Amino acid sequence: MTEPSQHSRTFVVLVDDKPGVLDRVASLFRRRAYNIESLAVGRTDKPGVSHITVVMNADARTARLVEANLYKLVNVLDVQDLSNVPSVTRDLALIKVQAGHDKRAEDLQIEEVFRARIVDVSPNALIFEITGTEDKIDSLVDVLRPFGIVGLARTGRVSMVRATSEAVPSLEGVG
Amino acid sequence: MAKRRTGAQIIWDALEQQGVEHVFGYPGGAILPAYDALLDSRIHHVLVRHEQGAAHMADGYARASGGVGVAIATSGPGATNLVTGIATARLDSSPLVCITGQVPSKVIGTDAFQETDITGVTLPITKHNFLVTKTEDIAPTIRRAFHIASEGRPGPVLIDITKDAQQNEIDYEPDDSPIELPGRFRTGPLNPDDVERAVEILASAKRPLILAGRGIMMSSAGSRVLDLVEKTRIPVATTLLGIGGFPATHPLNMGMMGMHGEAWVNQAIQNADVLLALGMRFDDRVVGDPKKYATGALKIHLDIDPSEINKIIQVDVALVGDLSSSLDTLTPKLEIQDLSPWHHFIKDLKGDSAVRDIQALPDSGHLYAAHVINDLWRLTEGKALVATDVGQHQMWEAQYYKHDHPRKLITSGGLGTMGFALPAAMGAKVACPDEEVWVVVGDGGFQMTAAELSTCKQENLKVNIAIINNGYLGMVRQWQEFFYDKRYAATPMQNPDFVKLAEAHGLHGIRVEKRSEIEAAVGAARAEEGTVVIDFKVEREDTVYPMVAPGSTIETMIRRPTDTLVKTEKS
Repeated sequence: MTEPSQHSRTFVVLVDDKPGVLDRVASLFRRRAYNIESLAVGRTDKPGVSHITVVMNADARTARLVEANLYKLVNVLDVQDLSNVPSVTRDLALIKVQAGHDKRAEDLQIEEVFRARIVDVSPNALIFEITGTEDKIDSLVDVLRPFGIVGLARTGRVSMVRATSEAVPSLEGVG
Repeated sequence: MAKRRTGAQIIWDALEQQGVEHVFGYPGGAILPAYDALLDSRIHHVLVRHEQGAAHMADGYARASGGVGVAIATSGPGATNLVTGIATARLDSSPLVCITGQVPSKVIGTDAFQETDITGVTLPITKHNFLVTKTEDIAPTIRRAFHIASEGRPGPVLIDITKDAQQNEIDYEPDDSPIELPGRFRTGPLNPDDVERAVEILASAKRPLILAGRGIMMSSAGSRVLDLVEKTRIPVATTLLGIGGFPATHPLNMGMMGMHGEAWVNQAIQNADVLLALGMRFDDRVVGDPKKYATGALKIHLDIDPSEINKIIQVDVALVGDLSSSLDTLTPKLEIQDLSPWHHFIKDLKGDSAVRDIQALPDSGHLYAAHVINDLWRLTEGKALVATDVGQHQMWEAQYYKHDHPRKLITSGGLGTMGFALPAAMGAKVACPDEEVWVVVGDGGFQMTAAELSTCKQENLKVNIAIINNGYLGMVRQWQEFFYDKRYAATPMQNPDFVKLAEAHGLHGIRVEKRSEIEAAVGAARAEEGTVVIDFKVEREDTVYPMVAPGSTIETMIRRPTDTLVKTEKS
């Protein structure tokens, strides 16, 4: 199935905020053998509507099928494939590193360079909080690795179409 | 005016509001309140012998009538016994509403007696499902369920209702406001550019073919397809589930395509320059190797489900929408052209096929399934509604019973469910009591749901059952013959005496061992008031020809040998 046209695609899916809806979306990806790279779920400004950001590796044809299949779920309200639409994507990570007093100065420097925040300090460890693109978070992780990372939690990508662009209307014929 | 009603009473009120007259089910602890209220409803309940039978009956009811079928079961094992029937309905897009009882809401999640998470279990095999824990949600949920089951591409919907929701009483007032599903894919008018492109492609086609699927039945588009074919003279090939969507005896109906389709049909598909697919989904049994499928043909796909477009076969034009309205747009724009060279080409493809037909073989004293089904077709004048399971008998029925009308063949296509035919036929008979209903079934599949003979008796349902009895799981044996060096692992079957089995149920049984006995047996069955079981003891190691080996190119077919030799041909 691996084709040169395959790349990471991000879908923003608006769904009913009801019990079991995430299960329905996840079940679709599982049973159609679409592999999820990242998944983030949360509430929106609208009561009763949740926002799901799904990232998966797919070619254009698969992406279209994913979209069409998502629309078949009764609880799905809207699907946007962000591949060809200007959008903003962020990831948040909490990184716990070993850090005695001798490393503190270096840590503070890193914090500043990456515009991260140290949100917890204990005698032997620190927790960095960082928000940004996946690349930025990856490089912070690389930089901190020599210190000794003892914990890492990432939200996965959260995406939104830019205010200046309208999402391309979906499912108009076939390409 | 609002009335005080229990949830149990509201279930039947809401079903009556949907026009339901018959339901198929089996009681148990968690659904008992609903069953108690059943006695005060005008809905007729058919008591099945196993919940799988209830789901298949509801499915057969839906397929025969065009309406929604309803199955009812209790929690736990009652609900899980529905699963095969729900999966069957899902793959063949049959609209079902299944209602299951659930343990009281307070004990959900505690592994209570007969508790199963049935909405979890059926999530991937239903179009949608609901867990209802509040009495006031029962009626709106039932209305939504019927809407979802029948809109767009139909499918099964399950509603799991807790026992306390059935027991509690509320002020109830029926609601008939329209149902809105905000996120649903809406099939608007077709894109004019796509229609234009389809018209252009068809205008320059020299070797076009129509691929006719079950969507024709779902959209009641039979007469429109007939108009299309009469106007354009484009030959038609049908899928298994498309049988009846276009008259089998029409001169432009070539027959069934696919794994056990006619060889010339598959060869014609491979030689076509345009394929016009109507409400079919390029299933692997139809396509064989997708990389080598009709590579020279431009493809136009009409389907209501956008997720079927480009799923298996990349198409050139997709017209997504209800088939009837799509054809109303497309057909008037098509031009009449001379396709006679193509018609002659197809006629030549038929070649020696007639010679290979078992009908042409001299009577060797053996009874062949093809004889049984061909005679059944002749004696019922092609007008019977026939239900089949899956396997050899299913393919022989598809090849030899020429259905001229929609909704006259009810078979488990996508899931290939053994045990489907008898209960599905019973459901069809309940829906259409004036139809002559036949079950054509193998000895293996029949035994999977044979307990429903009791239901036939109890309900005075008249169906005729033709068991194609070869003492084998025939299709599996055939695969073992072709692909496993004739090592018949677990396929020979020792069967009960089916005549005595019928008699034990208070029904009539007949045994047929010779071709000359078929006519009398079919006549006797038709004359009998109750259900009749005919045990056709057919040739044990007969084979369904032709056959495309799984995953092969469809024109590479194993043909019935003209001598004793099986040979593989390439055209």
